Amino acid sequence: MNCDVCQTEKATVFFSQMADGKLQKVNLCKGCADDKGVTDPTGFALADMLEGMGEETTPEAEFAPDELICDSCGFSQTDFKKTGRFGCADCYHVFEEGFEGLLEAMHKHTQHTGKSPAAFPDPPAAPESIDPEAPMEASPLDELSELKQALSKSVEDEDYEEAARLRDAISQLESQLGDS
Amino acid sequence: MRFSTLLKNPAEWMRTPGPQSDIVITSRVRLARNLTSHPFPGWARKEDRAIIMEEIKPALEDLSEMKDSFSEEMTKLSAIEKQVLVERHLISREHAAKGPGCGTVMNRKQTISVMINEEDHLRMQAIRPGLQLSSAYQSLDRIDSSLEESLPFAFDHQYGYLTACPTNLGTGMRASAMLHLPGLVLSEQINQTIQGANKIGLAVRGLYGEGTEALANLFQISNQNTLGSKEEEIIEHLDRVISQLIENEKNARLKMLEDKPTAIQNQVGRAYAVLKFAHIISSKEALNHLSMIRLGCDLGFVPEEERETINVLLTEIQPAHLQISAKRKLSPDERDILRADIIRSSLNGLTAPDFSTILTERDDDDE
Repeated sequence: MNCDVCQTEKATVFFSQMADGKLQKVNLCKGCADDKGVTDPTGFALADMLEGMGEETTPEAEFAPDELICDSCGFSQTDFKKTGRFGCADCYHVFEEGFEGLLEAMHKHTQHTGKSPAAFPDPPAAPESIDPEAPMEASPLDELSELKQALSKSVEDEDYEEAARLRDAISQLESQLGDS
Repeated sequence: MRFSTLLKNPAEWMRTPGPQSDIVITSRVRLARNLTSHPFPGWARKEDRAIIMEEIKPALEDLSEMKDSFSEEMTKLSAIEKQVLVERHLISREHAAKGPGCGTVMNRKQTISVMINEEDHLRMQAIRPGLQLSSAYQSLDRIDSSLEESLPFAFDHQYGYLTACPTNLGTGMRASAMLHLPGLVLSEQINQTIQGANKIGLAVRGLYGEGTEALANLFQISNQNTLGSKEEEIIEHLDRVISQLIENEKNARLKMLEDKPTAIQNQVGRAYAVLKFAHIISSKEALNHLSMIRLGCDLGFVPEEERETINVLLTEIQPAHLQISAKRKLSPDERDILRADIIRSSLNGLTAPDFSTILTERDDDDE
């Protein structure tokens, strides 16, 4: 088996990690494992590495010299990839682009609904209240998040048949999205 | 309050029972908060952290809830003192390793503890005995609301409270309960249970959090998602799952009593024998036997009152607590001896488990 990163050396380091309830596996050669810091468990997260792996093919992962840097604290996109943490509160706006996808993978929803400080009055009414009956073509991503919500509800309701059906629908949709 | 006073008093949760405290040892809730216009602790320079600490510490000490609190900079505590706080679940292992510009504030009863400049500027925790997530959250919510009057918290309408790690966005809340699940472990249903919990967005960990072993059949269950649900909803969901787990645990115990009463008697009896008579005992062995004595309490073989002794022992036999009580650094071998001494003297009054309930009611079911 060859290394997943360089594709040339023989893989000798096998790494697996549970993320989001799924098992992810990566096979690496000694050199790439050292490069990625697999040997240093504190600075290493499989998810970060997987994200960085398709660098050449996915345009948004390009490391351009004019990399985004947070004006307030000097934190860079690379720093985020390395640590999985941001530098300051302002970073959330500096690195907003593409962040929603990451959030979806981490949390149930991407809109905060809990407590807010008194100094932040409630936000203006949601700009787009979508009528579920409206004859609007749902984007596959919307559909996916709806399915995921329905899945967690059916699990909570202990309706496991429905849950199994939804799980299959989700994995089918995900593989479609992954192919396109 | 001085550190020595803090040490002398076991935390309130160890001594007072709470709802469902046969199976739920503690309920904990923590909130992560950050100040605007300061870098997060992991990215901040030493000087930045000192400034942040100067802003936060007085605000905390002024709270009526934190009157007569223990408040200290991490650099002023010895390695063993910090480890004691970790063993009492008052600070995280990560925080114990922190240096200048990091601090800890906790109240006298040790029900509220706050870490300054851990991963976030503020990590506030409330801890309660038994299943009381909601009351733990409410006490923390009040503190949070008082603090926001003097501290400008970083907040965004979409992302909620802004945290160093995006996994804590939204409520910044992690609610967790420590469960004693010997029935599910002995009946080998525990892995299934953990996987089930993972599937519905809950994490299950060992005694001291991420990556630690499940000693003494103790498991921490907590929410993973912090964004997109209200605090109350997250707690309600967790409460429901925990109630189901309690039910499953009780059923597993009943079934074992019915199917293999001798095996249970054997476990509890051996635990009694070892703890009563050992002169050298490792932490792991002690914890696992204490778990069996606790199970014996729940099943009526051991007097109820022993549960408190066991709760206290679970903490008192940990390495740093032993070294504090010896007032010097101990080698692992010395600790194993002192641990056995402390257990023997604590269980001095404990008489042999009384299995008569099994023997009379289930005389024939045995073989």
